[in-house]
Amino acid sequence: MPYTARKPPLPETPEQLRARIPGWGVDLDPRDRPAFPREVPDEAVIAADALPEAQPEDRPRERSIEHMRLTPVFGTAQPLHGVSGAVRRLAYARFSEARAAHWLLLLAGDRIESAGAHVTALLQGKPDDLLRETGVLGEVGAHPVRSRTGEHRADLAHAPLDPLVVVGPWLVPAALAVLGVRAVLRRARR
Amino acid sequence: MRAMTYRGPYKIRVEEKDRPRIEHPRDAIVRVTLATICGSDLHLYHGLMPDTRIGHTFGHEFVGIVDEVGPAVENLQVGDRVLVPFNVYCGTCFFCARGLYSNCHNVNPNATAVGGIYGYSHTTGGYDGGQAEYVRVPFADVGPTLIPEWMSDRDAVPLTDAVSTGYFGAQLADVVEGDVVVVLGAGPVGLTAARSSWLMGAGRVIVVDHLDYRLEKARTWAYAETVNFSQVKDVVLTLKRMTDGLGADAVIDAVGAEADGNLLQHVTAAKLKLQGGSPIALNWAIDAVRKGGTVSVMGAYGPMFSAVKFGDAMNKGLTLRMNQTPVKRQLPRLFEHVRNGFITPSDLLTHTFPLDDIAEAYHVFATKLDGCVKPAIVPGGGQ
Repeated sequence: MPYTARKPPLPETPEQLRARIPGWGVDLDPRDRPAFPREVPDEAVIAADALPEAQPEDRPRERSIEHMRLTPVFGTAQPLHGVSGAVRRLAYARFSEARAAHWLLLLAGDRIESAGAHVTALLQGKPDDLLRETGVLGEVGAHPVRSRTGEHRADLAHAPLDPLVVVGPWLVPAALAVLGVRAVLRRARR
Repeated sequence: MRAMTYRGPYKIRVEEKDRPRIEHPRDAIVRVTLATICGSDLHLYHGLMPDTRIGHTFGHEFVGIVDEVGPAVENLQVGDRVLVPFNVYCGTCFFCARGLYSNCHNVNPNATAVGGIYGYSHTTGGYDGGQAEYVRVPFADVGPTLIPEWMSDRDAVPLTDAVSTGYFGAQLADVVEGDVVVVLGAGPVGLTAARSSWLMGAGRVIVVDHLDYRLEKARTWAYAETVNFSQVKDVVLTLKRMTDGLGADAVIDAVGAEADGNLLQHVTAAKLKLQGGSPIALNWAIDAVRKGGTVSVMGAYGPMFSAVKFGDAMNKGLTLRMNQTPVKRQLPRLFEHVRNGFITPSDLLTHTFPLDDIAEAYHVFATKLDGCVKPAIVPGGGQ
C-alpha cells in the first residue's frame, strides 16, 4: 500500500522467476542493454565531421522549410504532380512542421490525389476493384464470424464506420453526379 | 517487378513497377525474400499519415539478398543475405554520430522531426518499401546487417522492427529488479516488450489488450498476467487494484495511434483524422503508472496534436521516454537472445501470404481475423 513506505510484495521470488522464464535477469545490468546510455558518441565520426556525397537532384525536390538544405540522400518515389502536388508543395514551402496548416494541407493533398486517381481510373475504363483492393475477400476462410463474436472485442463498436470511410468518398461525387444529371434532364424537358 | 501500392485509405493493390536503381554511390538494391506487415503500416493503410502518396509501396520490415551495390559500398557483396533495419540513416550526421540512428538528419528532406523510414510515406523521406520484389537501400554500408547462418529468415525479419522495438521499449522503461511492468497492447511489439521486461529483471509483467487470442499469446509466449480491458469497467482502476493501489513502476505503450477503449478518442483520431493519433493507451499509461514512474512510448503517433492528459504526467513526476528504435544498436545483443532462445521472433508470424494477396493480408491483419498476430509476405508467389 502506498500509504506506508514498503513496496508491496511480489508473487514470485527471483529464483522462481529465473526457473520459470528463459533468460530472466540476463539484462539486469544496464551496461548489457544496447540503449544504455541514450547517446553513445563516436569520437572518430565526430572528428571527421564529414557530409555524405550528394545524390543528384534530377528534378526539384520538395523539402521542409526547417531544413537548411536538401538532405544528401532522399527518396525519389512518387514525385509531386498535379493539383495534389501543388497543395503539398505549398505545405512544404510555406509552413514549418510546427504549424497545423502544414499537416492539414498534406492530408488535403492526400485526399485530392486519392480522389483524382479513382476518377482517372474510372475515365480510363479501368475502375478500381474495391473488392480486391480492400482485401475483403480475405474474409473467406479467415473465420470472420468466430473472429468477431468469439472475442471480447472493443473495436466492434466502430467497425460499421469502416465501410463508410471506404465508400464515402465515392458516394459524395456519385450523389453530385446524380443531382447534376437530374438538373440537366429537367432543363431539357422544359 | 511486382510491388504493393497504395490506392487511398483502406485500399491497396499489387502493380508492376520499375525495378529500383542505384541513385547514390552508397546505395544497394536488395531482392526481398521475406517481408512482414507492421502494426504501424496500418496507420498508413488507414490514411492517418500525412503525405502518403498514391502508388507508394509500404514495407519497413524485410530481409533479402543483395542484388546490386553502388560503387562506394565496400562491406556488402552481391549475394549477401541481409536484414535491413527499418531506419534509413547515414551514420555520420550529428545524431547518427551519437547512436541516434532513428533520428538521422541526412535522409529525410520532408521533415526534421522524424528520420528516414522505408515505405512509410513522404513524411519519412519518400522511400518505397520492402513489400515488393526489390527495394533501394540507401547507405547500404551502414544499415544492412548480415544474417547469421544459424538464423532463419523468419527469425530475422521481426528483428528489423517489431522485436527490436519491443526490446527497446523495455529498455526505455528503465526496468530494475523487481519492477512491476504494465504493457499496453499485445501485438508483436507489446509481446516482445513484455518478454524483454523479464530479461531486465521485472518482478511482475501485466499485459493489457482487448483481443483474447492475443492475451493468450501474452500468457504463453511472454509469461505475463493479462487484463482484457473490454471486460473491466475501468482499466486504470483495475491495474491500481492489482498493484495494491500503488500503480506500476513502468508502463509501456505498445499501441499508438489507433488505440481502442474510448469511442470518442478513437473515432476523432482514427476515423475523422482530427488528432495525430488516439491517445487512449498513452493516457492509460500516464494514469496507471505510479508517481515517479516511467512511461515508455513505442506506439507510433502522427505528427498532429493529440489530446494527452499531460497535467497528470506533470503532477505525478513521471519520466516519459520514447523514440523510434535505432535498430542496429539492438542487433548484437538481440542475436544473442535469439540464439539462446530467450526471444523467439518467428513465433510471432502467424500467417503467410504471397505478395499478390497482400490486400487480403492487410485486411486480415487490420480486422484481427483468424487469430492473426503478424502476417508475413513472400514475394515471388510463395505461400
